Amino acid sequence: MSDRPTPTPRRLQFKPFSSLWVRLLTGAVLGGLVGCAPSNRHETLVVTGSSTVAPLAGEMGQRHESQQADVQVDVQSGGSSRGIADVRSGMADIGMISRDLTPEEQDLTTHVIAQDGITVIVHESNPITSLTDREIVGIYAGEIENWQEVGGEDAPIVVVNKADGRATLDVFLDYFRLESRQIQADIVIGDNTQGLKTVAGNPHAIGYISIGTAQAAVDHGEAILLLPINGIAPSPENVANGTFPLGRSLSLMTSDSPSESVQAFIDFAQSDAVHDLIEAQNLVPVP
Amino acid sequence: MGAIAQSLAMVSGLILLGMILFLLKESLPLLNQISPWQFLFHPHWQPLNGEYGVLALLIGSLLVTLGSVLLAVPLALASALFCNDYAPSWLANIHRRALQLLAGVPSVVFGFWGLVTLVPLINQWQPPGASLLAGSLILALMILPTIALVADSAIAQVPLNYRHTASSLGLGRWATLRGAVLPSAQSGILAGIVLGAGRAIGETMAVLMVSGNVVQIPESLFDSMRTLTANIALEMAYATDSHRGALFVSGLLLSLIITGFMTLVAIARHQEVSPHGR
Repeated sequence: MSDRPTPTPRRLQFKPFSSLWVRLLTGAVLGGLVGCAPSNRHETLVVTGSSTVAPLAGEMGQRHESQQADVQVDVQSGGSSRGIADVRSGMADIGMISRDLTPEEQDLTTHVIAQDGITVIVHESNPITSLTDREIVGIYAGEIENWQEVGGEDAPIVVVNKADGRATLDVFLDYFRLESRQIQADIVIGDNTQGLKTVAGNPHAIGYISIGTAQAAVDHGEAILLLPINGIAPSPENVANGTFPLGRSLSLMTSDSPSESVQAFIDFAQSDAVHDLIEAQNLVPVP
Repeated sequence: MGAIAQSLAMVSGLILLGMILFLLKESLPLLNQISPWQFLFHPHWQPLNGEYGVLALLIGSLLVTLGSVLLAVPLALASALFCNDYAPSWLANIHRRALQLLAGVPSVVFGFWGLVTLVPLINQWQPPGASLLAGSLILALMILPTIALVADSAIAQVPLNYRHTASSLGLGRWATLRGAVLPSAQSGILAGIVLGAGRAIGETMAVLMVSGNVVQIPESLFDSMRTLTANIALEMAYATDSHRGALFVSGLLLSLIITGFMTLVAIARHQEVSPHGR
């Protein structure tokens, strides 16, 4: 047994340092340096925040770019709170937020670009067509655990909740007068897409989501059903005329003194020129 | 050339050192407030109320890793033995290529597949579907190629004369594998398993999408749970002050666990090289 050959340590040596690698590296470094030069003439606006606003801001950014060739708009989602943090720290020029500012956040200025509502969604196959506010509170607080108790089939309710710190959660909690720790969730989700897919894949799930996102998903054939809130249908019309109870403003936000190009983009986002983009996302333009 | 390689190696070392220092720097404000003991064993994670106990998250991470290893190891071993001893070489090569391909699939693809296919399936059986089981299954798929390929090469390195000796003693194929080949490839296989476990515990996107993310210690395979990594991904975006610190401490904790795993790999490798040096 002593003649067992030891594996050669040679294979661990790192030696592909042929001149090719060096050339590639040098090329990459030089390319990077050269690449910096023209970007001085272009200006990049970094926009971060709410994943509800991000698709709209992205569309607006593209149209803005096509009109202002020297400005590039870079949109990244991550939640309203990230938007606030990034604007404060200067990481972003513009933040996106899908709720109102709290008293501690008054150092920022919001610029409303559209109106949206939040509605409760269930799976398409669920026979439930409406829930009272009290029933929704009961379901989310864990007092109602079976669909039978609210007139549905005999199946446990799978409660889908948003992760702490998401604006949609804040608006939802605020309207139903719930505390975050009261909620008995079965699944906690991060962004809207994950929420949509979770409810669409689960016949017994209940979740809540932006009307715009939900309607767009229904149009793309996702198996979800939008429920009315307090008897009022979750339609863009009802959001526009203010009768839908769970409404909210989608806004861009800036610190006190926005630069010229930032102001130009905000003016553009609030102008009539983008109303078709807002409506295409099933959101409501600000009058 | 030597000088370039040396300085590049130093740069990567410095980057690693810088990252650890950064983690420590961001963690310190919180560790000054609460003791590491409290951080590990406080039962609640309620960052909005200033309660930072990672116990449920840590247990979640460890359970989902254990689950994935238990699911992946038998398959990986079978696949390694299949490649070495059962399949004709052309089939073994196709099989290896397939495994390498599987290893290259981005984790978010696994996660998305799990979210739209696997979770609804489990939900039909035991709601809510998004669960410890779903997380373990997805992770098992992701670490299977790692473990299988490492085990494959460990088995291939077993000297031929072991096999010859065994068959000259009249042992059949399975008896040879069980009695001579597998024991001498043991440390290499173990290294592969630990490597896979290290990947599983550090995985973020896929488990975030399929395991439900409720902060609780799961009581069954079908309970929703949250891992340390998913927690960082979900909360880092809006975390401030001590909450942010707590997330960095979780990151530090994860790095420590993975370093522990890698040390185990190194020990296993060392034993492989000098089987009589124990």
